[in-house]
Amino acid sequence: MTLSDVRGHSLDLKGIGHAFGTTVALDEIELAVAAGELIALLGPSGCGKTTMLQIIAGFLRPSKGEVRFDGARVEHIPANRRRIGMVFQNYALFPHLSVFENVAYGLRARKRPNAEVAAKVEQMLGLAQMAQFARRLPGELSGGQQQRVALARALAIDPGLVLLDEPFSALDKNLRLDMQIEIKSLLKTFGVTSIIVTHDQEEALSMADRIVVLNKGRIEQIDSPDALYDRPASLFISSFIGHTNLLRGAVTETDRVLLDAGPEINLGRSAQRRRGTAVTISVRPENIAFGAADRPGAIPVTIRATVPLGAVSVTEVLTTSGEAVKISQARAATTTKARAGETAWLAITDTSRISIFSTPADGVQDHQQRSV
Amino acid sequence: MSPADTTASRQLLPALPLAALFFAAFVLPLTALVLVSLFRDPQFSDLSLVQYVRFLSDPFSLKVLSDTLWLGAEVALATLVLAYPLALVYVASGQFMRTLITFLIMLPLLTSTVVRTFAWIVILGRDGIVNSAMLSLGFWQAPARLLYTWEGMVLALTQIQLPLMALPVINSLLRLDGNLTRAAEGLGASRARIFITIVLPLTLPGAIAGWLLVFAAAATAFITQTLVGGGRIILMPSYIYQQAVGVQDWPFAAALSLIFTLAVTGIVFAVGALSRRFVRGVDAA
Repeated sequence: MTLSDVRGHSLDLKGIGHAFGTTVALDEIELAVAAGELIALLGPSGCGKTTMLQIIAGFLRPSKGEVRFDGARVEHIPANRRRIGMVFQNYALFPHLSVFENVAYGLRARKRPNAEVAAKVEQMLGLAQMAQFARRLPGELSGGQQQRVALARALAIDPGLVLLDEPFSALDKNLRLDMQIEIKSLLKTFGVTSIIVTHDQEEALSMADRIVVLNKGRIEQIDSPDALYDRPASLFISSFIGHTNLLRGAVTETDRVLLDAGPEINLGRSAQRRRGTAVTISVRPENIAFGAADRPGAIPVTIRATVPLGAVSVTEVLTTSGEAVKISQARAATTTKARAGETAWLAITDTSRISIFSTPADGVQDHQQRSV
Repeated sequence: MSPADTTASRQLLPALPLAALFFAAFVLPLTALVLVSLFRDPQFSDLSLVQYVRFLSDPFSLKVLSDTLWLGAEVALATLVLAYPLALVYVASGQFMRTLITFLIMLPLLTSTVVRTFAWIVILGRDGIVNSAMLSLGFWQAPARLLYTWEGMVLALTQIQLPLMALPVINSLLRLDGNLTRAAEGLGASRARIFITIVLPLTLPGAIAGWLLVFAAAATAFITQTLVGGGRIILMPSYIYQQAVGVQDWPFAAALSLIFTLAVTGIVFAVGALSRRFVRGVDAA
């Protein structure tokens, strides 16, 4: 059997809802995952993503709705007969078994002959670059090595679906990106359908083909990483995915918004809201720059601080209406050497990349804080 | 005396009362026991190792020792077999059931051993609860002898010592990471396989701790052995009592005590050391 023959399941969730007592954890979940796709479930803690994972894995039976693998309903099938590979947050390696026996566990549970087990385990450990550690105990491995073993163990049973629960949260920040790239390429080599649960938007952006954003038990948006960043469906997503600047204002003309911070800006398209509607616009830090005072749409601000971050430098400023704004510039291109306390003017580089949302009744403050 | 020494001795000061008690109530009597065991005869006339030679060359004495150790091992095994299902139920239960089970486990520890032993005499006696129930239900034609038997003694000791096993086993089961059993389940293992390959090895330190506690407690349980065994079965505790109080052979009784103490602690250390070699990668409980 060659690796390319291994095909993942397609997965469909239809009308999934789940409640713990009177607390609704998930509601009206609709999701279709194609075979071989890598999906991230992204959301803040308590958004229902772990509940969703447990329902897919079969550790939890949903209160309502259907779970389908390759079109067939599986809610009644227990976890140990679902052919799912799980990678846990703490890896959950069996501490009393060697690396070899950890990877062999699923095959032994299926009572495969010893020769087949040995061959398969060696193949998996080779792919995970862990062959020389076969006889070690998990406690004798580093975090990254433990994670490789956990993934090898999950993939050894030829799963139709791999579920990864916050797999990188226990790793050093430096190691994290390396492991993300390595694991993504392993999952893609296997062509296995994968679902990764995370609260870390960078992890979701770097790993997934598509990202499912969950908030308060509901799906807010399902889209590719780029689409999610460029065209967020809600104020929540615009501040949850990447950094953004939120500016309050009101619609004055079909295509114009008067900002509380001063100027009226031309959106270049319809705001799709009635005149006088209170709106919040979201401008990414790289879409805003210092400009001349007399330029149309220039926003007067006071400089607070500049932070050099390697390739870019980030300057934080305060508008006259009290909104904090971050401007990201390539360091080489930094023309304005602004000092704290000085006044400067900002201009939005590309107004077509502004996202516009109705200002919620409870204000935007809590959304903004979550993005920090 | 350097400053470091003074701080060290100041820090040890609060331990003095306990050390004094330990010395007076343990070290002194044990020393006396060793001394007494070295006399040739009950008249304390001459020093010799004759009491130990007498024990080791006497098949009856050796049989009493091996029976006693065997009793401890058997009771410890019985409590182990009973404790796992109990602990599994406990771990799977909600808060209310857990409190209830804890209370039921602790209850025997709150009553005197004498009371519990007499309760077993009432249950196992010729006109006891078991016999009258089995007779009136027609299962047995004649009352069976349950009291003053080896099995009756094992049964009573198992119930009485169960808390010593249940508590460490429950404790190590509670510390077992739920993701490990979930991982095993996700990999396709049946519940039986998960128990044998994951739960049992990882809770073994607790089980061994419980086994050793029950072993030592059951082997030395003078009251229960004597009352439920009823003098028909001679075991080390009653043998020592008989030699000391009945026959007034204090040197031999002292030698018996020391041999018994060494045998029990020897087994405790041997089992502990052996288990550490087999249980790899598991934190000791």
